[in-house]
Amino acid sequence: MNTRIAHIAFNTFREAVRDRVLYNLVAFALLLSGAAILVGQISIDIERLVVVNLGLTAVTLFGVVIAIFIGIGLVSKEIEKRTLYTVLSRPVRRWEFVVGKFFGLTGTLVVNTFFMAIGVFLALLYVAHRIQLSDLGILTALYFIVLQFFMVCALALLFSSFSSPMLAAVFTFALFVIGNLSEDLRGVAAVAKGVSGWIATAVAYIVPNFAALNVANQVAHGETIAGRLIVYNSLYSLLYSAMAISGAVLIFQRRNLK
Amino acid sequence: MFAIETTNLEKTYAVGFWRKKPRIALRPLNLTVQEGEVFGFLGPNGAGKTTTLKLLMGLVFPTSGSARILGMDVDDARVKAQIGFLPEQPYFYDYLTAKELLEYYAQLSGVPAKERSARVDKMLSRVGLADAARTQLRKFSKGMLQRVGLAQAVLHDPKLVFLDEPMSGLDPMGRREVRELIQQLQHEGKTVFFSTHILSDAEALCDRVAVIYKGELRGVGAVADLTSHIQGKVEIIFAGRTVPPSLASLGAETHVSGDVVRAVVSAEHQDAALEILRREKLRLISLTPVRHSLEEYYVEKLQPQENRKGVGA
Amino acid sequence: MNSTRRVTIAASVILLFTICGTVAALRALDRMRSGSTFREVLYISSPKAVQRMSLGYTGLVADLYWTRAVQYFGSQHHQHSRDFHLLAPLLTLATHLDPKLTPAYEFGNNFLAPAPPNGAGEPQQAIAIAEYGIEHNPNNWKLYYGLGFIYYTELKDYSKAAEAFSRGADVPGAHPFLRILAARMAQHAGEFETARMLWTTTLQTSPAKDIQRNATDHLRALRVDEDVTHLEKLVDLYRQQYGLQPQSIVELVRAGLLDAVPVDPTGQPYKITPDGRVEVRNPDDILYITKGTPPNYEPPRPKPDTQK
Repeated sequence: MNTRIAHIAFNTFREAVRDRVLYNLVAFALLLSGAAILVGQISIDIERLVVVNLGLTAVTLFGVVIAIFIGIGLVSKEIEKRTLYTVLSRPVRRWEFVVGKFFGLTGTLVVNTFFMAIGVFLALLYVAHRIQLSDLGILTALYFIVLQFFMVCALALLFSSFSSPMLAAVFTFALFVIGNLSEDLRGVAAVAKGVSGWIATAVAYIVPNFAALNVANQVAHGETIAGRLIVYNSLYSLLYSAMAISGAVLIFQRRNLK
Repeated sequence: MFAIETTNLEKTYAVGFWRKKPRIALRPLNLTVQEGEVFGFLGPNGAGKTTTLKLLMGLVFPTSGSARILGMDVDDARVKAQIGFLPEQPYFYDYLTAKELLEYYAQLSGVPAKERSARVDKMLSRVGLADAARTQLRKFSKGMLQRVGLAQAVLHDPKLVFLDEPMSGLDPMGRREVRELIQQLQHEGKTVFFSTHILSDAEALCDRVAVIYKGELRGVGAVADLTSHIQGKVEIIFAGRTVPPSLASLGAETHVSGDVVRAVVSAEHQDAALEILRREKLRLISLTPVRHSLEEYYVEKLQPQENRKGVGA
Repeated sequence: MNSTRRVTIAASVILLFTICGTVAALRALDRMRSGSTFREVLYISSPKAVQRMSLGYTGLVADLYWTRAVQYFGSQHHQHSRDFHLLAPLLTLATHLDPKLTPAYEFGNNFLAPAPPNGAGEPQQAIAIAEYGIEHNPNNWKLYYGLGFIYYTELKDYSKAAEAFSRGADVPGAHPFLRILAARMAQHAGEFETARMLWTTTLQTSPAKDIQRNATDHLRALRVDEDVTHLEKLVDLYRQQYGLQPQSIVELVRAGLLDAVPVDPTGQPYKITPDGRVEVRNPDDILYITKGTPPNYEPPRPKPDTQK
């Protein structure tokens, strides 16, 4: 069982690489270097802030776009192209297929993020001429971003297991946007009364909480992140991802393939 | 133990968004296939052949009824290790090379790591793709893809091989190779279940055939039984441009093309016909008994039937 | 020439023309719209709304608004405009999105309060932003300093300035001058020494180049004011001693009241007017001086607003 998941994961990673996904790193590098150089020219005392804020935002956005574009195709493309037939005729259980795809996609993003992290630190070195201890907070911020990726990938897989690629992309992206506002949502839910209150609460809890995983600004100002936050965020992300994957497995398990 | 056994296997699709209109893809099917036989599943496009195969593969779920493969329920994961499947017009991951694809499939089928590479190479040679092993599948022609498909179906030495239209898209050379492959598989003791609408292939290869039409099984039988040499007609081909009236009066079906005439008469009139040719000084080209072909059985089974119940094996 | 050739040539020519045309059109657009990007930036001026729309990436958006604020100020300055009304909203947005954006507070402290063309002329806004900063960064002594700075330089409210400096001096790590400035506000607020101390603090502690330049200019002006005051005292002394008006600074030197002819920061020697006042030779060259200028002197008028 384990090896099959690993093989599927590795194959998913290989597909992403051969699809030239990693070329996005070039665009990222260009963006970050351009910004770093520009900020150095304008010289308004926020070079470090800009590099960290921009760098982390770019890592997140690039990663989310990749997660969505690849994630939505993971299942639905295989169903449409019927490449799935010969895979499922082998002793591969359907849930192994879903889980393998998930790990392949998240693995790709972790590798991608790793390279981007190097880029961010290089840009920081360029504008600030040194790395200080407080900058290690950037690693925490990057870890949180990876946690976000887990959730986005899981959601993309979930939607991909039952809807068309286009719809899956729209849903996943919408949830990403709403997820960044989730703390506002819960605030609204707390004051709303009656049925709309119940609905608002339900929605507020289903929507992924990306706001808690966004510590770009704190890290840019050199603040430390509480250990408890790290633990709880990790738990939340893992549980949420597992929830979405379970949903995907359930749906895919009973799906008639065309 | 049957290789394949279906019991009232049925599939109905609900079509349409609001008012679900049911589309019957497969009426309750009762079919058995013996181990070691080559079984042909015949029918026109849209008859339900692919649906049946997908039900047997576990790709779609039956509305009712059940199926067993090698004595195990279709859902059972142990089944998959013993079967191979070649879908119709297969697609494979086109960013992989042939060798990579087969190795990946070997991994998923549980072929031990030590043997994998050797097995894959052997399989590639067997289907004639040894040269293209390192070429990406996106560059493969249809025929090459079909061969890859066959390779992945038998790679893990399964007991039972399912082929959906294995000859489709192949040139005559390719079709001959596939035929030879199927015969080899039979010699190896494997069970082969393949669907096709090309009757000559079925006639040449199968031990038994089933005819399916509009989701319903119309007939099952051994090929040898269904085609007999005794039908009572002979085909006479002779040189000429016109049909002698005396020949026509024998009740012959005739056809003229260019310098050659083809006439079919009943066997009892064979000598009379030959006498007419000798008298008219027409040169005989060939004389052949007409076999009752599978085609006739097939066409007959496709006619609307009074009896709508599924025909048992 | 066959048709493929013709199409290739035609398409290439069209491509060339359209490239030039697009560039020209873009430049025309830019000229028409100059400055409007700043106004558009403020179409959404509610900090809460902008915060929502940032989707949590408020730090980056704050940096963007801050950058805009600096660009805006610079470009208005460059056009010799007296209109800086967008500066306060831009800075408010930036600081609300990222309350820890220290450079924005420093910029506001230095350039929001002074009257145009050196600043936006909105000291109350400056105070509001400074207070906001203090509320969210109670341990940042520079913000208290900035508040005191505004009260001192623009509003001349020395008791409030003293209060701010004093609060700031209590923060660990504060610049040692804060305590002294707080003390001097009571009695010696108007003195040169106090002002010099203030501007020196700003010069030493703010990393921003434009703020440093501003502080340097003020320090130079202070020197001129001090010099002129001192020289005018000497002129009076001379008059008392010799009963007549000295005609030039040289005479003061000859009279032993000065060691040498002093020069202003631009290197020009001071001159004595017929009515006994000391003046700078080229008042237009030195900013912010309050002494040593001719009567009814107006600092050079900026050119009228070129954009409307």
